[in-house]
Amino acid sequence: MLFFSYFKDLVGREVTVELKNDLAIRGTLHSVDQYLNIKLENTRVVDQDKYPHMLSVRNCFIRGSVVRYVQLPPEGVDIELLHDATRREARGG
Amino acid sequence: MSNGSGLESLVDQTISVITNDGRNIVGLLKGFDQATNIILDESHERVYSTKEGVQQLVLGLYIIRGDNVSIVGELDEELDSHLDMSKLRAHPLKPVIH
Repeated sequence: MLFFSYFKDLVGREVTVELKNDLAIRGTLHSVDQYLNIKLENTRVVDQDKYPHMLSVRNCFIRGSVVRYVQLPPEGVDIELLHDATRREARGG
Repeated sequence: MSNGSGLESLVDQTISVITNDGRNIVGLLKGFDQATNIILDESHERVYSTKEGVQQLVLGLYIIRGDNVSIVGELDEELDSHLDMSKLRAHPLKPVIH
């Protein structure tokens, strides 16, 4: 649940999602769900010349199971808060 | 794309599905469920290659198992109509490696 809540706090931010097929998509985080499926708005593929497959797609849904990395804006990460939350989770409370 | 995290906002719209094996299938979203199983109507596959333009293969009514779905994109018909598919050259997308 921790990362679900974490991603929910990032809604509205600009992120880059790298997929397990090497495609990287940049866009505004619109929503996440319990499976960490991600919806992005105003998307663009990072290397459009190499990957013109999504040229006419501006909004997309990415299945959580194919996400390799999510690159976040530095200001979107509160390290202290994450530390505390992960420790609390590890303690089982 | 408004409201909720599911695909309900895309029902009856044209979507572009990229599958785990790198295929690109375009069609009208008729249904879906929590496992991302997808029902597409009037669908076609867009086959990319470096040798020739994009080939469009008619598929008709299609069901894609959720396991095999990578991306569901909302196809912007305006943008799509300005694309010259016969001039687009690209390698097919790589398959997903888990």
